[in-house]
Amino acid sequence: MSLELVEVNGLATIQDSGRKGWRRFGVPLSGPMDVFAFQAANLLAGNPSNSAAVEIGLGDMAFRATRDCLIAVAGAGFDLSVYIWDFPLWSSFFVRSGWIIRMNKTDNGMWAYLAIAGGVQTQPMLGSRSTYLRGALGGFEGRLLQAGDRLPSGTPSQPVNDLAARALPIEARPSYGGNPIVDVIMGPQENYFADESKSTFLSSEYSVSLTSDRMGYRLEGPALSHRDKAEMISEGMTPGAIEVPSNGQPIVMMADCPTTGGYPKIASIVSADLPVLAQCVPNKSKIRFQETTMAKAQKKYRVLMNGIENHIVKQSEW
Amino acid sequence: MTFKPKIVPLGDSSLLVQLGEEIDLAVNQRVHALADLVKISWLDGIIETVPAYSTLLVYYDPLILSFTQLKNDLHIRISQMENVGSNKPRQIEVPVLYGGEHGHDLEFVASHCNLRVDDVIRIHAERTYTVFMMGFTPGFPYMGKLDDAIVTPRMETPRTRVAAGTVAIAGSQTGIYPIDSPGGWRLIGRTSLRLFNPGSESPFLFSPGDQVRFIAEK
Repeated sequence: MSLELVEVNGLATIQDSGRKGWRRFGVPLSGPMDVFAFQAANLLAGNPSNSAAVEIGLGDMAFRATRDCLIAVAGAGFDLSVYIWDFPLWSSFFVRSGWIIRMNKTDNGMWAYLAIAGGVQTQPMLGSRSTYLRGALGGFEGRLLQAGDRLPSGTPSQPVNDLAARALPIEARPSYGGNPIVDVIMGPQENYFADESKSTFLSSEYSVSLTSDRMGYRLEGPALSHRDKAEMISEGMTPGAIEVPSNGQPIVMMADCPTTGGYPKIASIVSADLPVLAQCVPNKSKIRFQETTMAKAQKKYRVLMNGIENHIVKQSEW
Repeated sequence: MTFKPKIVPLGDSSLLVQLGEEIDLAVNQRVHALADLVKISWLDGIIETVPAYSTLLVYYDPLILSFTQLKNDLHIRISQMENVGSNKPRQIEVPVLYGGEHGHDLEFVASHCNLRVDDVIRIHAERTYTVFMMGFTPGFPYMGKLDDAIVTPRMETPRTRVAAGTVAIAGSQTGIYPIDSPGGWRLIGRTSLRLFNPGSESPFLFSPGDQVRFIAEK
């Protein structure tokens, strides 16, 4: 044990890179809402990028170290303080036994990841430590973390003094915040929509509805009309896909999305921009979509994800 | 085969292989045959597949594999599919207690179809069904097709809770609820078999493509 939750006002779950290999049986991928921040937190903590970490959203949270340990926090929408000091996100720091790590919600993002050197070591279910709440699978007894929970962690990969006081500079991160323009690949069912609806989709502002969750972000904005029918034979689905049910309001599939669905998908958000969308604040961020090509999308993702660790810098002044 | 297979992107890290456009047993068998072919010779960068009625969704890692590489590879496999006999599907028997407290809607189904309750049971248990796909909740099998005589529409307002093990029908499909969950299908019986056992080495009773028969228990 190395971390205890002492205050939980939001939504905290354990997530690793997701539950792969079981989607054909109807088990969602799960994993982090913001893959980039999740991987960055792990790499700052000296972990493999897919190690289990704590995903924090919606409200204030506080942890107490129950032994000396090395922590890294990355993401958006939280202020961080450790013992008596304020710390920036996207950094790693050494924590003495008994110190409190406090994360206070702000209105400029949604999700942050707290990684501990050695990784959170709860019992994997179906090959993953990710929490799937609907199925009560994985994580900490398949549920949200509560005050009093103590998280087991593994052995750090290197001496923690070498890992402390490191940061990922803003240039190496996606452009979070503000009103993002998000790249999409159109289809597979763009022909279910009238031409006007396709241009409405690509030229209008959308915001995230308050009823959104880890399964999907409901978008509010101009309704899209189907040419003919709003339902089709069910087929496989993936995070980032944008479904449009009969009311015409798009829904972006997120980490816990069902594995199959029967509403037409007008487009999908590219992997490199999904972290930015995940951090959009309901009723605040204004989102626009722009069409891109497969080659550009895959290149953008490679540029973003390859070599995150090479951008990490040591903060000598701390 | 009039439908020409199509491979289209679903975003930049999965693609959809379309082998047909309807709920059809022959089309669905081709989907499972293709899923088997992908499994037999796993291409580095493929993560997993989700077979559905007439499509196979293939998830891949765009850091390892490009859309074009995977698409070309899958086109080759589709052309090989004609020559390869598909694996013999597994046969699974499911004991069911029909009606009463186990299947609250059995009498509704009977009256909707102008049949006696015993006839509904006999007709439901007569056919061998195929698991077309799985989804909704972990381990839920979408099976078909039902005999037209017992086709019944789903409920307009779903129940908030259907017990694990409940056997149900909706439209021309039949399924079994693996865990307690909301549900809008018509409940006709219950099995004592466990469909989802997350701690076990083989956590799911069914796999896509399985053949299933219901055995009426007294």
